[in-house]
Amino acid sequence: MQPESRTPVTLTDAGSGLTRAGMTTFHRELLIAFREKQDVINPLVFFLLIVSLFPLGISPETEFLREAGAGIIWVAALLAILLSLNMLFRNDYADGYLEQWVLSPQPLAMMVLVRVSAVWVASVVPLLLLVPLLGLMLHLPADRIGVLALTLLMGSPVLLLIGAIGAALTVSVRNSGMLLALLMTPFYVPVLIFGTGAVTAFGEGASITGHLAILGAMLVLTIVLAPFAIAAGLRMSVANG
Amino acid sequence: MSTTLLEARQLYCERDDRVLFSGLDLSVGSGDIVRIAGPNGSGKTTLLRILAGLNLSFEGDLNWHGYPLHGQRDWYQANMLFLGHRAGITASLTPLENLRCWVDMRRPQREASLWEALADAGLEGYEDIPSAHLSAGQQRRVALARLYLSTEPVWLLDEAFTAIDQGAVKVLESLISSRAAQGGAVVLSTHHRLQLGECRVLELGGA
Repeated sequence: MQPESRTPVTLTDAGSGLTRAGMTTFHRELLIAFREKQDVINPLVFFLLIVSLFPLGISPETEFLREAGAGIIWVAALLAILLSLNMLFRNDYADGYLEQWVLSPQPLAMMVLVRVSAVWVASVVPLLLLVPLLGLMLHLPADRIGVLALTLLMGSPVLLLIGAIGAALTVSVRNSGMLLALLMTPFYVPVLIFGTGAVTAFGEGASITGHLAILGAMLVLTIVLAPFAIAAGLRMSVANG
Repeated sequence: MSTTLLEARQLYCERDDRVLFSGLDLSVGSGDIVRIAGPNGSGKTTLLRILAGLNLSFEGDLNWHGYPLHGQRDWYQANMLFLGHRAGITASLTPLENLRCWVDMRRPQREASLWEALADAGLEGYEDIPSAHLSAGQQRRVALARLYLSTEPVWLLDEAFTAIDQGAVKVLESLISSRAAQGGAVVLSTHHRLQLGECRVLELGGA
């Protein structure tokens, strides 16, 4: 070990390199997802299992599946996202990185948004890619699969961002998985209702712009507001550690 | 040239209905080394976490360059390095990636200086091995490598000497001394007997 540091002591101003810090956060999240594949694969397998068990458990009739298919896929996606929430901050909290991350001189809410986006890319996008396949399996017509994919595309970031608020608040609590699920489910209900509502309305030949507009409003609202709530939650959790 | 960087006035903190400290004054200027001493459970970690701005459940004032800390958080965080019990080394990332993630959140850095810092910390040849495969002492050294890249004037080191060998302790001591000589300020907690030139001791839990 060297007895002296090569870098001099300098007093710096706050807040520089926002882009660099954002890229680092994004890249790190993807790298960890790539190294710890099971954290990404587990919710995916869970998602596949629920969807494929429904026809076996209830009815493999085309009529029934065409009616219920979109709802089944939505509920399964919601549960899979709920399952992946627990891992969002847990490992980083346990090894102390979360502290260092919160202490970095960057606007935490922005960093949080970047991080949740990275998680969305790493664990929700693969799930969305499976949707057309599962839709075919459940005898959904192609255009209805399109609407389903669109609602999931708009709804899944809302689920993840709202869930991340709960994850940030409960990260310092031991075995918080069930607590998190109980806390978050009520907030997921409106997203689920409008998501599946759009697909049902489309099936009946009604207009879906209303449903999509509400989903879009939820999306914009959570993207703008949830990062601040997540950041505040993280600061509180880190203070307890 | 001692300017006051960080100042705590009349700090009061209790935990689980036990008063850890009250009326605690501490002023840390450039060139200062302060060792927080006291038995286990006397609040050393709590005090360091309060100074780092992590723990918010206290009464009293914290000032950074004479301004209230809570209003200057970004500025303070850009100039403060905190090293806690859990050092923030991600097991699935290599030492190099760990260090790069930490530095990139703070300032631009040449790739070569990351390698230099890891070599300085005694991790030459281990740069690309997943941190999970390193020993506890080596993981600690990954965290200590940050000190070699640090420009922050204030270092808050919580039990920085745990898990590292005798030789490394000596080197870390001289690193801290030279840092103070350069105008940095170091607040640390440890049970080791340190061979530091000028070192103030703040005794906790004496009463």
